[in-house]
Amino acid sequence: MNAMIETRGLTKRFEKRLDFAGKLAKRMGADLKDEIVRAVDAVDLSVMKGEVVGLVGESGCGKSTIGRMIAGIMPATEGSVYWQGRDRNTLSGADAKAAKLAVQMVFQDPASSLNPRLRVEETIGEAPLVHGLVTRAERDDYVDQTLLSVGLDPAVKRRYPHQFSGGQRQRIGIARALAVKPSFIVADEAVAALDVSIRAQIINLFVELKDRLDLTYLFISHDLSIVEHVADRVVVMYLGRVVESAPTSEIFARPNHPYAISLLASLPRVEDRKRSFHVVKGEIPSPLAPPPGCHFHPRCPNAFERCRVERPALREIAPGHVSACHLNDLT
Amino acid sequence: MTPTLEVKDLCTHFFTREGVAKAVDGVSFTVKPGEILGLVGESGSGKSVTGFSIIGLVDQPGRVVSGSVKYKGEELIGATPERMRALRGAEIAMVFQDPMMTLNPVLRVGYQIIEAILAHDAKVPHAEARSRARDALAAVGIPSPEERLDTYPHQLSGGMRQRVAIAIALVNKPALIIADEPTTALDVTIQGQILAEVQQLAKETGTALVWITHDLGVVAGLSDRLAVMYGGRVVEQGPTDDILARPLHPYTYGLLGSLPTRNRRGEKLVQIPGMTPSLMKMPKGCAFGPRCTRATVQCEEVPRLEQPMPDRELRCFNPVPAERSVAA
Repeated sequence: MNAMIETRGLTKRFEKRLDFAGKLAKRMGADLKDEIVRAVDAVDLSVMKGEVVGLVGESGCGKSTIGRMIAGIMPATEGSVYWQGRDRNTLSGADAKAAKLAVQMVFQDPASSLNPRLRVEETIGEAPLVHGLVTRAERDDYVDQTLLSVGLDPAVKRRYPHQFSGGQRQRIGIARALAVKPSFIVADEAVAALDVSIRAQIINLFVELKDRLDLTYLFISHDLSIVEHVADRVVVMYLGRVVESAPTSEIFARPNHPYAISLLASLPRVEDRKRSFHVVKGEIPSPLAPPPGCHFHPRCPNAFERCRVERPALREIAPGHVSACHLNDLT
Repeated sequence: MTPTLEVKDLCTHFFTREGVAKAVDGVSFTVKPGEILGLVGESGSGKSVTGFSIIGLVDQPGRVVSGSVKYKGEELIGATPERMRALRGAEIAMVFQDPMMTLNPVLRVGYQIIEAILAHDAKVPHAEARSRARDALAAVGIPSPEERLDTYPHQLSGGMRQRVAIAIALVNKPALIIADEPTTALDVTIQGQILAEVQQLAKETGTALVWITHDLGVVAGLSDRLAVMYGGRVVEQGPTDDILARPLHPYTYGLLGSLPTRNRRGEKLVQIPGMTPSLMKMPKGCAFGPRCTRATVQCEEVPRLEQPMPDRELRCFNPVPAERSVAA
């Protein structure tokens, strides 16, 4: 079966070139270089139709950048995104437009991702009108339906974003994404900014919408407990690279990569109380100067010589379970 | 034994042009030496204002209107600014959520720690202050503390900065630390490191700790006792294990039930209907009433704090019956 979305060698580099003064200083012998951050480093990721893929990792690991590139709001430096088996960069005309509309994004902070000067009906109704999904006459009804589908009363559509609570604003953000009838949603930390009791409501909404509208999700989150709940498959990233990917129950039962193991162990859970907290030594290295070889080796308890020089490739260790760790070659 | 901290019927109100916001409306709890109290609540529940009220940092238009805060038996409400100043940073310390806001960006880390030492004892020789600062950094798990003394906050990562903020709080060996969401802004692996260190420090030094957070997962592993806040009041209080195993208040019950880990994968999460009320228009009676599935007419009055079980306090007319409790 073809993947709905597939990335091949997707890479994003953020470069800060030396300016004139910098170049001059370098000529004079100053120790200056172009600064290059490899936010995303040759990532292959595929999402099947109807699947929910959870993308996890700590801040700066590149998970949001991947989400943005897949959603098409940030160009890739290298590599490409395949939409239903076709390179999205080669599409043109109606195909390109359809592929773009099919992938929509829901952002973390609804307060800053909604235009404060637009009424809810404008925020939701603008895109479908522009893209010819509805006529001006139908727009009102269409906005009502969309609001109802995310659990909001259509009577609120004349209001502005600031008149809503955080949870309601996130519902508006979801409604805006749904308004162009997408089949793929990139949810970037979509519940992180919400209160615990509201969070459950929005997670339920995501699950419900998936079933009702036959959606596929890339669910980006740093919160493993949420990912465990919603995702079919979990992809773990560390410093721009995918280190492990497996079905959810498999990865929570048998994490393979040392980073995934320590990440799962540091998750505070209500279930295991008063235990001593698991400690991973060290800090996340700066993405400006990532360590050579396996990015995790300075923090890894089992690192050996090869980890310091060679980048481990993702290899299948069980059906559907891939991990990038040299330790798997030893046994 | 005198408790380190005794808060009784604390009320802190904010007098704004739109009306009076009762951010804290009758909060009581005690913390014994070496004990960790987890103060849990959602945004707007008054948990941070409670922390600020204890240490006397409530700004205009807010004011502690009634109640008492006793530190080792000494009343802090109405204490002179000089007395508060002497206590703050020496006996009672506070750690805030965002270390970038609490550290001065233009001063070296070492200077800021030494400043905290000298502020309370100007007679400490500089060399001794410096070595104490170094020890404080080492105590919170900062590698090569000697070199770190000379760095500026921006040269450190978020986790390191928060450790520096904790080191400043610890340097005068306070008997009480109030920590307001200190690990919320950090990554999970870093959070795990800091929690482990804090737990060990409380055990070793006998420091009492009030840990303010919205994350039940964090306090479940960390705290000895829990106080759950909603709408400016403590609605339930008791030993952490007891509350997690057998929540009595419908809000605590709903909160625990809504955690993804408590639910089966893919199933609908148990959700609390409605949203957190605005402080400006708090519902009459029990603040949780309008969202509560067990509410009755009685709930239009404020429930009194009662003791339904030994060592448990509850503010509810219709507690969750035993057979409905979630097994942990």
